[in-house]
Amino acid sequence: MKKTRFNELHKASGGKMIEFAGWEMPVEFSGIIPEHLAVRTKAGLFDVSHMGEITVKGKGALAFLQWLTPNDVARLEKGKIQYTALTTPEGTFVDDMLIYCMGEGDYLLVVNAANTDKDFAWVAGHAGGFEVEVDNGSDAWSQLALQGPEAERILRPLTDVDLASMKSFTWRTGRVAGREALVSRTGYTGEDGFEIYTTDPAPGPIWEAIVKAGAPLGLLPIGLGARDTLRLEAKLMLYGNDITDRTTVLEADLKWICKFQKGDFLGKAVLEKQLAEGLSRKLVGFEVRGPGIARPHYPVLFQGSKVSEVASGTYSPFLKRAIGLAYLPIEAVAEGTAFEIGIRDRTVQAVVVPTPFYKRSK
Amino acid sequence: MYPNDFRYSKDHEWVKVEGDEAVVGITDFAQHQLGDIIFVDLPPVGKTLELHQAIGTVESVKSVSDIFSPVAGEVAAVNEELNQAADILNKDPHGQGWIVRLKIKDKKEIEGLMTAGDYEKFLEGLEA
Repeated sequence: MKKTRFNELHKASGGKMIEFAGWEMPVEFSGIIPEHLAVRTKAGLFDVSHMGEITVKGKGALAFLQWLTPNDVARLEKGKIQYTALTTPEGTFVDDMLIYCMGEGDYLLVVNAANTDKDFAWVAGHAGGFEVEVDNGSDAWSQLALQGPEAERILRPLTDVDLASMKSFTWRTGRVAGREALVSRTGYTGEDGFEIYTTDPAPGPIWEAIVKAGAPLGLLPIGLGARDTLRLEAKLMLYGNDITDRTTVLEADLKWICKFQKGDFLGKAVLEKQLAEGLSRKLVGFEVRGPGIARPHYPVLFQGSKVSEVASGTYSPFLKRAIGLAYLPIEAVAEGTAFEIGIRDRTVQAVVVPTPFYKRSK
Repeated sequence: MYPNDFRYSKDHEWVKVEGDEAVVGITDFAQHQLGDIIFVDLPPVGKTLELHQAIGTVESVKSVSDIFSPVAGEVAAVNEELNQAADILNKDPHGQGWIVRLKIKDKKEIEGLMTAGDYEKFLEGLEA
């Protein structure tokens, strides 16, 4: 199992460790519910060093990424970040990711831990004919996420980066707790916050400094358990559950990342056809209206027939009810539509609801 | 940690004998493994449970687990409070967090369960 550079710190602070995507990671420290609520109301610190970092550099980098992704990479300039996907020729997902524009012809792709090797092979495998160099720098990078309404207040005294002037989906470089780092105003929780990247071989003091500065303001260390409940409340996609190589970008309700005017890209023809003909199914949010929690792979029934399986499902610690995402046939996707979920030996009613389930007030 | 007047199963249930009845719950180890518990599915009063039959289920944010009956018997009472506040199972698993009260069918089954000392050794074995 791979270990992040914060592994010993997690164990020392009582993190319950599990295997995730080949990594030994903390699933919880003080409990999913208190951790979740700390991020919503105060702040939380996550070790997300398992995420993958792939660099794409060269004169052909922009044209190459325009071909591999549906969003318009030309809109990026140095310092800006974009949410997008790696798409297959079928318009489905290889992965979703963030692209950081590091300068002209210089991009950093931040991808899911479980997909890093696959994504690198995919990107490198499509580089023929483009003037680019593709590298998998994942082993060198450590990454922390500081999330929650108190994030800026906690980080400010620890860094020379002017956080207050940073807009969401931008990055800067500077020092954090004395270490060189890249700081971006991004996250996977639905809260304001920052992600801190560093190639420092001993980044432990960054974690320790943030915990020390944040604890008086209510900051907690957060495990993967609350990371999942937080991202689901904010309807942020999880590859493997909500988006896969069998679901298209449009079916996943991510039309906003498809910029059809920008030129050709992998999967564009299929997606345009789907747009013209209409979807046959779509990913929707639901609430369970009976006892129990709908969990991934539980059967989803509409008018008595199984139509899919729960994509993501959990108990929402903030809303205090069972929520989830599922692909439903297009005739069932309107808000308020009732359907059923098989929860073990029972069938429980669920209702399509607006998403995101949680939206922070600004 | 583990009361001496309780008996324990390998599935991490505890039993406290009170006359002809057995009070059953899950152990502190079990609640800790489950994490924040938010929902408990209780059996109907009057139901007859065989040894090791599923009493009900406990759901935490991250997982769902069956509770198995550590002794055979008829359900005499269930802890209705768990329907409103399942987290009692986390806060006080050996006390307020009892789950069911069974009318014991065969008291000899109690002897087959672990003492507190045996259970603690059993846990040490699991953690090793």
